[in-house]
Amino acid sequence: MPVIEVRDLIKKFGPRTVLNGVTFSVEKGETVVIMGGSGCGKSTVLRHIIGSMKPTSGSIKLFGEEITTMPDRQLEKVRLRFGMNFQFGALLQSLTVGENVALPLLENSSVSPEIVDLIVKMKLELVGLTGFENLKPSEISGGMRKRVGLARAVALDPELLFSDEPTSGLDPIMTAVIDELTLDLTRKLHMTAVIVTHDMVSAFRIANKMIVLGAGKRAGTIIAQGTPDDIRHHPDPEVQQFINGRPDGPVPLKLSPEDYIDKLLGHERQKGVDY
Amino acid sequence: MTATVRTFLSLNGQIFYWLFLGPFRGQLVRPSAVLHQMVRMGVQAFPMAALTSLSIGLTLAMQGAQELARMGATAFVPDLVAVTILRELGPLLVGVVVIGRSGSAVTAELGTMKVGEEIEALEVMSINPVRFLVVPRFLAMLVMLPVLTVFGNYIGMLGGWIICHFALDMNTTGYIRRLMEAGHPIDLYSGVIKSFVFAWLIITISCQSGLGVSGGAEGVGRATTSSVVTSIFAMLVANAILTAFFFFF
Repeated sequence: MPVIEVRDLIKKFGPRTVLNGVTFSVEKGETVVIMGGSGCGKSTVLRHIIGSMKPTSGSIKLFGEEITTMPDRQLEKVRLRFGMNFQFGALLQSLTVGENVALPLLENSSVSPEIVDLIVKMKLELVGLTGFENLKPSEISGGMRKRVGLARAVALDPELLFSDEPTSGLDPIMTAVIDELTLDLTRKLHMTAVIVTHDMVSAFRIANKMIVLGAGKRAGTIIAQGTPDDIRHHPDPEVQQFINGRPDGPVPLKLSPEDYIDKLLGHERQKGVDY
Repeated sequence: MTATVRTFLSLNGQIFYWLFLGPFRGQLVRPSAVLHQMVRMGVQAFPMAALTSLSIGLTLAMQGAQELARMGATAFVPDLVAVTILRELGPLLVGVVVIGRSGSAVTAELGTMKVGEEIEALEVMSINPVRFLVVPRFLAMLVMLPVLTVFGNYIGMLGGWIICHFALDMNTTGYIRRLMEAGHPIDLYSGVIKSFVFAWLIITISCQSGLGVSGGAEGVGRATTSSVVTSIFAMLVANAILTAFFFFF
């Protein structure tokens, strides 16, 4: 049984369709990387899987249970089984770094305070932030906040870890440390991970399954999925453009001269008039 | 409008659940969070509430003395001060101070947390935001506003004493005796009952406005303004209804 099963996920914000029939599944122990350009709906997919957004239509099963129609109280139980690392950390600004990591332990487990203290130190050590327990989130850098977010996400040793761009804004060494940590969690502790990222180096380092979301006309749909090797040799030119980071290809960087004039003049240009 | 009312009722239902049913399911509200909020909403608001009450006591006594002097009835100034402050102005003005200080702060704080994905993060960690954030503030407000009101009452009467003693040559014992003759327990109780109702209105409106924020810094600003305006409006309406209730029954 797959840990995550997403079927025909469609999300519309008013007239705008952000996700248009996303279907994929994640098996236990897999590390799945979701890739795609900015604004293609990667984070939206993640938000649906963790249950903070409800889809327009489609089904999402976590651990075999349908979460889109689940009552809140039941959803809370499912949420205890996974950890989420938000894009900007989403730390509670009024608490210290240590208290943030301790929060899920104090609220959702019966561990005694002394043990909580020990676990907090261990989790912070994992992300290279020993000694920062007593600082407030506003006193540390954005990259550090992100790592605290990761420490908090794994505080309860979840079966499943979601990470929204865990390495953007980190230096290359820290990126490698976080990748190494993700690998340790998945390979040694058999945690399942779903990671959204732009960073191709880190994506190919950690993934054993990749999902690429399209841009432009194919926005909100999966244009390729498979092992890292499948993706590296994928025939789709948009996939190649994305993983090799080329400015021009199926996803145009710039408008053509005609389109540019159209956009500038608000589509009022008449045929035959020379500009 | 109906959606706002529905959210308001739902928020109240959730607060009720976490206060009375949650503890039986092993999910307690943290006492330390309640105490922390009590300090912020009550103890730290004391100077401002005291200053407001003192100035009201002073002005009431002066205005009253001027009018009553025409009828040679300055002896009734303490009566005027006691009844007006206990029944009406004490709860109302302390309420206004608390809306400006704490109601707005609660909305801005919760709104900023909403914008910064902190509320979402709490939900994803299976920590109910109403239990974690709203209920401690609710309890703190429900305790501290009446406490501030009672303190404010005394300080307002102290303001009355300053005028009566130094301007009207009344002696302190006489002032206190007149206060006790004029002010009945029911005057104090009606004011305190009012302040409980105000506390409930202020904190639920502030929390609802904060949790409903959307649209970044501008949204937080808009929510804070609307929270203050709605709280004051709701408080004035409730005040009129309660005064009518105590007047007719």
